[in-house]
Amino acid sequence: MNITELFAIAPIISITIVSLIVLLVEALVKRSEGLSYWISVVGLVVTAYFAIATLPLIGTAFNRMVTVGGFGSMFATLFSIAALLTIILSKDYLQKEHANFTEFYLLILFSTLGMMLMASAADLIVIFLGLELMSICLYVLAGFLRKKVLANEASLKYFLLGAFATGFLLYGIALLYGASGTTNISFIVQNSSTLSASPFFWIGLGLLLIGFAFKVGAVPFHMWVPDVYQGSPTTVSGFMATGAKAAAFAAFVLIFLHPQSENSEQVKTVLAVISAASMIVGNIIAISQSNIKRMLAYSSIAHAGYMLAGLAAGNQLGKTGILFYLVTYTFMNIGAFGILSLLEREEDKNLTFDDYAGLGFKRPFLAALMAIFMFSLAGIPPFAGFFGKYYVFVAAINANLTWLAILGVLMSVVSVYYYLRLTVLMYFKEGDMQIEGIISKTSLAVLTIAALIIIQLGVYPSSILNIINNLN
Amino acid sequence: MHEYISYIVLLPFIGFLINGIFGKKFSEKFSGIIGSSAVGITFAIAVMIFFEMLKLPVEERSHIVTIFSWIAAGSLSINAAYQVDQLSILMTLIVTGVGFLIHVYSIGYMHGDKGFWRFFAYLNLFIFMMLNLVLADNFLLMFLGWEGVGLCSYLLIGFWHDKKFDTGGYKTGEATTSDAAKKAFVVNRIGDFGFLIAMFLIFNLFGTLAFEDVFSRASAIIPIGDTTMFWITLLLFLGATGKSAQIPLFVWLPDAMAGPTPVSALIHAATMVTAGVYMVARCSVLYALAPASMEIVAIVGIATAFFAATMGLVQNDIKKILAYSTISQLGYMFLGLGVGAFAAGIFHVMTHAFFKALLFLGAGAVIHAMHDEQDIQKMGGLKSKMPATYKTFFIAALAIAGIPPLSGFFSKDEILWKAFSDGSVVYFIIGWITAGLTAFYMFRLVSLTFEGKERWSHDKHPHEAPKVMTVPLIILAVLSVVGGFVGIPHALGGGNAIEQWLEPIFKRANLHLATGHHSGLTTEYLLMILSVFVGVAGIYFARKLYLQNPELVERLTTSFRNIHKLLWNKYFVDEIYDATVVTPIVKGSDKLLWKGFDVGIIDGIVNGSAKLTAWISSWMRKIQFGAVQNYAMVFVLGIIIILGILILK
Repeated sequence: MNITELFAIAPIISITIVSLIVLLVEALVKRSEGLSYWISVVGLVVTAYFAIATLPLIGTAFNRMVTVGGFGSMFATLFSIAALLTIILSKDYLQKEHANFTEFYLLILFSTLGMMLMASAADLIVIFLGLELMSICLYVLAGFLRKKVLANEASLKYFLLGAFATGFLLYGIALLYGASGTTNISFIVQNSSTLSASPFFWIGLGLLLIGFAFKVGAVPFHMWVPDVYQGSPTTVSGFMATGAKAAAFAAFVLIFLHPQSENSEQVKTVLAVISAASMIVGNIIAISQSNIKRMLAYSSIAHAGYMLAGLAAGNQLGKTGILFYLVTYTFMNIGAFGILSLLEREEDKNLTFDDYAGLGFKRPFLAALMAIFMFSLAGIPPFAGFFGKYYVFVAAINANLTWLAILGVLMSVVSVYYYLRLTVLMYFKEGDMQIEGIISKTSLAVLTIAALIIIQLGVYPSSILNIINNLN
Repeated sequence: MHEYISYIVLLPFIGFLINGIFGKKFSEKFSGIIGSSAVGITFAIAVMIFFEMLKLPVEERSHIVTIFSWIAAGSLSINAAYQVDQLSILMTLIVTGVGFLIHVYSIGYMHGDKGFWRFFAYLNLFIFMMLNLVLADNFLLMFLGWEGVGLCSYLLIGFWHDKKFDTGGYKTGEATTSDAAKKAFVVNRIGDFGFLIAMFLIFNLFGTLAFEDVFSRASAIIPIGDTTMFWITLLLFLGATGKSAQIPLFVWLPDAMAGPTPVSALIHAATMVTAGVYMVARCSVLYALAPASMEIVAIVGIATAFFAATMGLVQNDIKKILAYSTISQLGYMFLGLGVGAFAAGIFHVMTHAFFKALLFLGAGAVIHAMHDEQDIQKMGGLKSKMPATYKTFFIAALAIAGIPPLSGFFSKDEILWKAFSDGSVVYFIIGWITAGLTAFYMFRLVSLTFEGKERWSHDKHPHEAPKVMTVPLIILAVLSVVGGFVGIPHALGGGNAIEQWLEPIFKRANLHLATGHHSGLTTEYLLMILSVFVGVAGIYFARKLYLQNPELVERLTTSFRNIHKLLWNKYFVDEIYDATVVTPIVKGSDKLLWKGFDVGIIDGIVNGSAKLTAWISSWMRKIQFGAVQNYAMVFVLGIIIILGILILK
């Protein structure tokens, strides 16, 4: 270990220190939530700064355990921003729910650390470490509103199934180790042609894939998603749908879109099947939801399906498409969950479609933001969601998966129904939503910025594409 | 300096955002200042760029400023890029300069309107779109501007959307300004359709939409008289006839007068309606390769000039007269383009912008003073009440009538001369008669409005407009007088600076154009004298008839009853369109397409598949029964399937 290596993983170090400071503050200071909030906000900004600063680096560090710069740093930036938005939006929400405790910020920070480890792993063990750190924090966060029955249910279900999935993941790593004698990702990927003679390699790879598929919420490992998203604090649902999903996709890309390998036909088939199933199940069940949080949960399953199409394609465009998709998806989904969290009232009020009727007249600005997020999620230009879908589908076509692209477009059409249903209700129906209390300016500002970024990326996608294409 | 072009485009947009988002809370004054200064600063930057270009040698004056790569999809790659050259900077100066004056004027004109901020937001948006149109370096960005100005035009015509509006009788029942806005929009769609198809053809032929690439390739590889080029240019021209109100799509412009008067001045006289002229001039190379299209442009231009002028003879609505006059003058511009005198066409765009904006703003001042009265039969004698308006209006009328040395004389004369020398005698004769008609109806308007007896009831107290309105009038009047000096022809000892300035733009087109048989100087002088003569004659007869012999007007009207009726009803074009196009389409869509095809078949399929999906959805959600053991079971099933695929291959 030397100083250069430490600098190379500056974002990870930075977020670790911030987490530890918050931990100490929690232990030493009474009523520490205000202070922890600010430490977290500043710490995440600093972390994002380091993440951007380390973007140009190349190579690995710590005996080829982590990669530095490039891919990992881009994801570190994304995770820091996602955590930052979540924390800012959560403050109001937690106060409203009488649950503004320091632990919340601490858990978000630690899970962000886990995500960063996953995205910059060069070794399966690091992926596992990151995944567990992230997941355990999220199990707790899911049940953070501990007086609610739904929250307890969410937490427990998430934990049980998460542990179940982790078992398979770990077993997969063990089998891969058994087949190859190492846990180094590059080594395994480079020697996959010789290793593929052994059935253990295939089982190991399959179990690894299943572990990640569980985390991204892909069908048939998606059953937890609606229940967990519904029961979790709304802002945490947003964080799970974006940060955690992005981290799992980062791991997916690290192994299944490794630059030195090409996926075998059967892996491609498996990914394509999972992708298709996720798009179909997610979109079609979303139609009959009346609770918006559940609708967004199913929609996030569908979005995982779209991104998996890029993964199944297995080409450079697919990789670009997934990364672009994740960036845009982070902003639009945190935005949508953020608005839900602002309007939500105790005992899960204001969460159904009918509650949103007439919002366009009462809260024109909020409604306009929501409409932007919905249009973007539906993939309607000029919003960023359009280009994300466009790139992954084109990647699928280039990889001879035209049927998957066609299915994706058809399912996008289906999705327009439930996204626009909300917009239609907001603007064309009278309603009687009770929104007493003020909505904080900070939250509004954060949501506005998210909406502006979505528009900017939709009008001018090259701004972020250039960064993605130059990653090493 | 040219790098600053992006600010030119951006500033009006920022103005639009500020007024559009926060305008409701602003005072009138603040909204007005924001809106006007956004355009004023833009104008100042444009002037600086212009002077820098003047200093540069000719071959270094044209630049392409790429802002960002806009669309990249397969072989289609389009930049959001602006082309700063002699033509676009001239258009920018006109748009922002005249635009700025009209913004300032509007502060006075719109005073007290509850949509004041909205008005300025729209005006700024319009300027933004118009600048995109004239500065674009490719067809797609131009089309964005093209559609954008159409949208602004629509929004502004219907600005007072519930206000009653007189259709002139072709439509029964009550009409509001929204109907006029809709008409403008729909008619323009037909033209836009042509533009779009032309754009597809261009992309198909050249694989690019950037002007520079298209024009250089066209110039190099397309033979003169190529069929595809004929269709491209003809379809583009169809777009131009929509936007620039030419036969057959001119019908929307008179109705567009339902909008606030500054809008008529800015959009429907000085800038937007000249977009078609600009577009044809920009594509001059393509037209040069399609002589048949040029012929059509010239014929449509001269025919529009003539017919619109005759319709203007008998109208009584002050703004409608000016609207027909605009259509007629645009016809002149297209005549110029059609005979290959591109520079002369653009020159007329410029002078016309000055005097026509002035006429409209003057008309606005009158309407304002007369409490929204627009019928010139109910005016008269306003000269003494509104001296500044009268004087400036008079100057503008002289300019449009082609009296030397005012600006209109030089530009119109240049077009007529080129029509004669490069076109045909017929063009000249019809153009010449139209010039006489123009002088006549303009001075009919001046006489009936400002001079003679007062024909208004005395509960009205007309008064001069406030300074904020008269100062723009005076500036425009000065421009209407001196604006033509940049184009004094060689025959009169001038240098025709504007033609020289624009020469590099049209160089490529001129290579393909056969301009040969130059008539002598004597002919040029003769034609000049003829056109001054017809202008003076028109003025003389108008004043004679309307100031001294009003009874004679009555008698003439009765003895030429049929012609008067024909002109009064604008050749029944609206009625003909209504009977042949609008009604069949409306009825056909209603009965057959909507109730039959749409409701029966399309809706049937759509609703059917939606119902099916909803049914599947409600069935599928039942899988989500909530018990975690079952979730795990599905999970295990998944594992078995996936491992099965992987191992069994």
